[in-house]
Amino acid sequence: MTFSRSLQTIVFIFVALGIVGLALGGYLTPFSRILLSPAVSAQTWISTRYQAVQDFIQAPQDTARLRQRNTELEAEVSRLQAQVIELQQQLSETNILSALVDFARANPENDYQAAAVIGFDTNPFLRYVLINRGSDQGIRRGMPVVTQQGLVGRITAVTASAARVQLITDPSSTVNVHLQPSGAQAVLNGQITGDVILDMIPQDAKVQVGDLVLTSGLGGGYPPNLLVGQATGIRSRDQDLFQRATVQTVTDFSKLEIVLVITNFKPVDIAPLLPEQETP
Amino acid sequence: MATIIAIPIFVALAILQSSVVSRLPLLQGTTDLILLTIIAWALQKKVETAWQWCIIGGLVTNIVSAVPFGVPLLGYALTTSIALALRRRVWQVPILAMFLVTFLGTIITQGLALASLRLNGSPIPVIVAFNLVTLPSILLNLLFAVLVYVLVGELAGWLYREEIEV
Repeated sequence: MTFSRSLQTIVFIFVALGIVGLALGGYLTPFSRILLSPAVSAQTWISTRYQAVQDFIQAPQDTARLRQRNTELEAEVSRLQAQVIELQQQLSETNILSALVDFARANPENDYQAAAVIGFDTNPFLRYVLINRGSDQGIRRGMPVVTQQGLVGRITAVTASAARVQLITDPSSTVNVHLQPSGAQAVLNGQITGDVILDMIPQDAKVQVGDLVLTSGLGGGYPPNLLVGQATGIRSRDQDLFQRATVQTVTDFSKLEIVLVITNFKPVDIAPLLPEQETP
Repeated sequence: MATIIAIPIFVALAILQSSVVSRLPLLQGTTDLILLTIIAWALQKKVETAWQWCIIGGLVTNIVSAVPFGVPLLGYALTTSIALALRRRVWQVPILAMFLVTFLGTIITQGLALASLRLNGSPIPVIVAFNLVTLPSILLNLLFAVLVYVLVGELAGWLYREEIEV
């Protein structure tokens, strides 16, 4: 009995060694392929189905998490966009202020008070702006208002903390100017279209397109030699008493943001010197 | 209450008008929010404070505008009287009355403003002013008329709630 069991064991070992030997020798490959192929297919099928079921179970959690993350990121993007806009605005204001400081340094004879434009006149026939500086900051009626580019207008009404500025484009605005290099005197009038024109240019004056238009200081309303613009077209007819010219202003009145008020200029009221009109 | 609330409303409208609406012209014309609000309020069925709103609106406009004193108030008063007259006659179709009064009110207020400026020596050509300012303003005011009418109607409904008997 014991011998028989030992013989079985020895046979088993030899068979096992034989199979291992055949496997190592590559003789069992066709058999293993036949046997393993259905097993691999079955495992693949089960694994795929399990993966699908797992995805189905976990998907809602992932979607909710992704949506939450997406919302967070969108909020972050919105916050950063707002920050970018704010910084761009600050940069724009800084550039304007820097240019105004340069202008003030280049014209040290004047004292300036910077002011922000806070509104436009509500009546479309008028060209006035409101600024956020008033009598508390030393602003007085008649003071000229400029930007780093050139003349803007003058103060016509003042409250404690705000003032109203009549732009040179206002239809009732008149500014005495002279042209360079011709030296001709003229009057600059505002138009309802928002443009300005030069009138009262003497017929004998040699005015050309491109001449610079500067305040003359005559009449005492504005200080002399403030840049207004450039002549862009001359109209001269023999039957007219004066020449006329169109002017491109150096100041862009549609983009007025910050202006400078010349606070050491005192306008001269020449009304008492004008001859009184006789009434019939 | 209905009169007092007009003050903050017109101040807010004047700020909006001066800082935003006046910067958005069509040619040279702009929307007149205060005029539209006065008209819409006067056309509301239960409103009895149309003249108070007209006076407050006119005074607030004079604060932010350089137009000679009293001119906006006069223009708004004439417009309010037209609105009240129309309210009694064509109240069944108030939105039609809103359009009609907006059209007439724009011409009246701008005509008065132009006349007063010309009397003060401002050489504004009438035809150019009509083409560049008044016509675009009429168009803009008519465009905004419905919106303002609806909003003011909501306000009037809130201020003059109907009493329900239980």
